[in-house]
Amino acid sequence: MAHIRVPEGLPGILGPMAISPETTKALRELAEVLLRGPNTLTSAERELIATYVSSQNDCCFCQLSHGAAAAEHLGGNDELINRVKSDYASADISEKLKALLAIAGKVQKGGKHVTTEDVARARRLGATDREIHDTVLIAAAFCMFNRYVDGLATWQPADPQAYREMGQRMAHAGYIRTESEKPVEVA
Amino acid sequence: MAHIQLPAGLPGIRGPLVFSPATTQPMCELAEVLLRGPNSLTMAEREMIATYVSAENDCYYCQTCHGSTAAQHLGGSSADYELIGQMKANCEAAPLSNKMKALLAIAGKVQRGGKYVTAEDVERARSHGATDKEIHDTVLIAAAFCMFNRYVDGLDTWQPQDEEFYREAGKQTAALGYVAREWKRPLQAAAMKPAATAGR
Repeated sequence: MAHIRVPEGLPGILGPMAISPETTKALRELAEVLLRGPNTLTSAERELIATYVSSQNDCCFCQLSHGAAAAEHLGGNDELINRVKSDYASADISEKLKALLAIAGKVQKGGKHVTTEDVARARRLGATDREIHDTVLIAAAFCMFNRYVDGLATWQPADPQAYREMGQRMAHAGYIRTESEKPVEVA
Repeated sequence: MAHIQLPAGLPGIRGPLVFSPATTQPMCELAEVLLRGPNSLTMAEREMIATYVSAENDCYYCQTCHGSTAAQHLGGSSADYELIGQMKANCEAAPLSNKMKALLAIAGKVQRGGKYVTAEDVERARSHGATDKEIHDTVLIAAAFCMFNRYVDGLDTWQPQDEEFYREAGKQTAALGYVAREWKRPLQAAAMKPAATAGR
């Protein structure tokens, strides 16, 4: 049971979001622009950064839902998502994305962990200032979302299919929406 | 120097905020509603939660700016600034309400990670009169400052070491909030002289 009373059947972040519409509007807009707004990083790459940080924060709901969104953007490649979480250095992704994931991992530990060398490496592999900025902010934002979800002990479905459907909605309909968020049927 | 090229003369979070208007709009809206929107927690209490978490995250700019804003909401006297210092040093020993201490304890757990918050922490807050909404907002303020602090330090932004700057920033923020235009202006040359900005 969650630490506070939230509507039943709403998984993860959707529970607290439902009781606080005034903060939810800004949270949704932030997720939308960070993960789906115009950008030289693909939505798949940005969802992978979000997934990696969520897994480093051990947030089950966020890593599974955003991992499913990343997989959906990539045409259903669940194996790649798992590899990025467990050992991104050996994953089949660009060297630039590896350098950005390294920065994201440092941000997850704390902003001061990011070094000039981390940034120089990303830049050498083609990352722009804008991409470095967005990587830092996506990582920072998921340090917020993850804490919001786990700090209130929200209900997180165990059924993988629930995340697949969430990932499809997140990838195609995005984060500014309400009508598609019906409570999940408990099997 | 910051990790990326940011507009000159803008301290702390203001550099990246001006660099990236598309993400700034929801971030400022979030700060405004969390810290200044209608709430049974006072603005001073909410700024104190933000300050405490920023201090735990060792973010100099955020803890000093929001600490000054909290002190200004309390009246702006040296005793008010002193209280903020006491809270950062040891919130359980500071002269605060039991409810506030319990909410700060929750915020401190959130700072370490969401899963550290226990049913007992929440029960303690509730026993001192905290509502579900206040507990929700405490968790989200703490979580949001885990974002803001990382944004500020993860880009290695310029952070003035100048007491007067933070006093003025606190006054301005307490009066005008987070969606005001004022903070987007570069600091006056006087505030940027090397003696006032040494330390980075």
